[in-house]
Amino acid sequence: MQPAQQVLHDIVLSRSGDHIGWVEKTLAALRAGAPERELHVFLGLAPRRLGKADLNASHEERLAADAARPGWSLEDWSVDGAARVLALLVFQGARPFAETFKDLRRTADAAELIALYRGLPLYPEPETLHFEVGEGLRSNLKPVFEAIAHRNPFPRDHFDEHRWNHMILKALFVDSRLAPIVGLDERANPELARILREYAHERWSAGRKVSPELWRCVGPFAVDDPALADLERALKEGGAAARAAALALSASPHPAARELLRQRPEAEDIASGRLDWQSLEAA
Amino acid sequence: MYIDPHAHMISRTTDDYEAMAAAGIVAVIEPAFWIGQPRTYVGTYVDYLSSIVGWERFRAGQFGIRHYCTVGLNSKEANNEELAEGVMEWLPRFALKEGVVAIGEIGYDEQTALEDRYFRAQLELAKELELPVMVHTPHRDKKRGTTRSMDVIEEIGLDPSMVVIDHNNEETVAETLQRGFWAGFSIYPSTKMGNRRMVELLKQYGGERIIVDSACDWGISDSLGVPKTARLALESGVPEQTVRRVCYANALEVYGKSGQMREEDWLAPPEIDQRTLYAGNSILRGGREPIIGTEAQKRRDDLIIE
Repeated sequence: MQPAQQVLHDIVLSRSGDHIGWVEKTLAALRAGAPERELHVFLGLAPRRLGKADLNASHEERLAADAARPGWSLEDWSVDGAARVLALLVFQGARPFAETFKDLRRTADAAELIALYRGLPLYPEPETLHFEVGEGLRSNLKPVFEAIAHRNPFPRDHFDEHRWNHMILKALFVDSRLAPIVGLDERANPELARILREYAHERWSAGRKVSPELWRCVGPFAVDDPALADLERALKEGGAAARAAALALSASPHPAARELLRQRPEAEDIASGRLDWQSLEAA
Repeated sequence: MYIDPHAHMISRTTDDYEAMAAAGIVAVIEPAFWIGQPRTYVGTYVDYLSSIVGWERFRAGQFGIRHYCTVGLNSKEANNEELAEGVMEWLPRFALKEGVVAIGEIGYDEQTALEDRYFRAQLELAKELELPVMVHTPHRDKKRGTTRSMDVIEEIGLDPSMVVIDHNNEETVAETLQRGFWAGFSIYPSTKMGNRRMVELLKQYGGERIIVDSACDWGISDSLGVPKTARLALESGVPEQTVRRVCYANALEVYGKSGQMREEDWLAPPEIDQRTLYAGNSILRGGREPIIGTEAQKRRDDLIIE
């Protein structure tokens, strides 16, 4: 297995085109302890020289990434973003990593912020980055929030329950999908289920729609009658809400849930695997 | 299709963005400026620059408008030496951010020695980074201040074709154009330029190197300065070609020299960018006029708030 930094290095070099010499030379200098100014200049020039295209990682590259860091996905990475993260990783500064990161984050433009947060699964001393990650989660820039929340294993691996739950809730608030969150089922918990059910009640009172994905985090903890009543209400809405509620029922340990589901047309689709949380996305 | 190349959107509301988009504005340039209240710490200035390269750019994108900015130390705050020194240290880091199309707005306010020092230092920075410059000309002692700005730029050796002299009026325009600079006009009620006067100037000078902007900010100003002037000019018989140059093409040409602003940004934005930063929903090909949205109008007239 290749180490993560090596995986990223090979990917960036293979997309550097005519600028490969510049990239190699700069990386060598950063590794040898060049002043921080060199890092700033590289971060500024990366999109200008290497372009901002999608990384379009190959199947092999995706496998190598996931093997090096379980859950590390190259799906939303761009060429300039990958180069920026690599430069930050190889840079041997005089300050602790978290301080350099903070300094860069403070003055980053949107694309830089996205790149900085996409790189989270690769950085050293992850436990020193909690404040920085909190700042990103609080961002009003949805793509910055999603750089942390989506296809990024850092929250699953390092968030405490409170921060995890609030990330899920914020995702719903800003109309962000839940399916791309790594560890969504593993990290589900009764407190989150309670928060989400209350949130659903609020939305219903205001006459607003509830994201069908919400029920995914409720299902395994739908163990009492009020919770089942919520799922029944979602079932009555029909469409994606009903399909989501049926999926949630199938995850509930409550015997009444099984009974409710048995009477539903969705039951067969769930049993046969035609309906799951992934296919719900297309609904 | 219009560009407003001088608009302080950080001071404006979502109503402005909606109205601007509906009126056909596809891109704005937000120059770093004096926010009305002096900044007394370098840190607040740094956060301000972060706002205009990041958050405001994103916000504009949500309304389908492309946002660019210029970074610089404005003339008023150049008089606070401690602040000015601090800001100068940070500027090189911001000048290479995405969407930064010039150093600006810089120049003179009271024409003090400190203003002169930091004006020159920033011109040197623009020269080193090969960036265009946006020059703010003073409200008071305007004619002399404008001439002096151009003298200093020539002395430092910047190419006038990289420099926009902004807030021109009838008294300054002839010299600005004659010396080879771009001449910006801010359609700003009371203090700067009205659009009827602007139309007369267009009749007299044509469209070469003339740029119309709104300079809308926290004061009484009009975020529709560019489209309103365009309409008045067309109704007054100014050729369409001239209107297109002064309300769109000229700004694109000079600020495009930064390499950070291209017509494709709004005509055919790259997919990755559309996903993350830009919510443009009409792909306009061949310079077609955009479809005028009715959402904003509807919202203004609707009693119900949901």
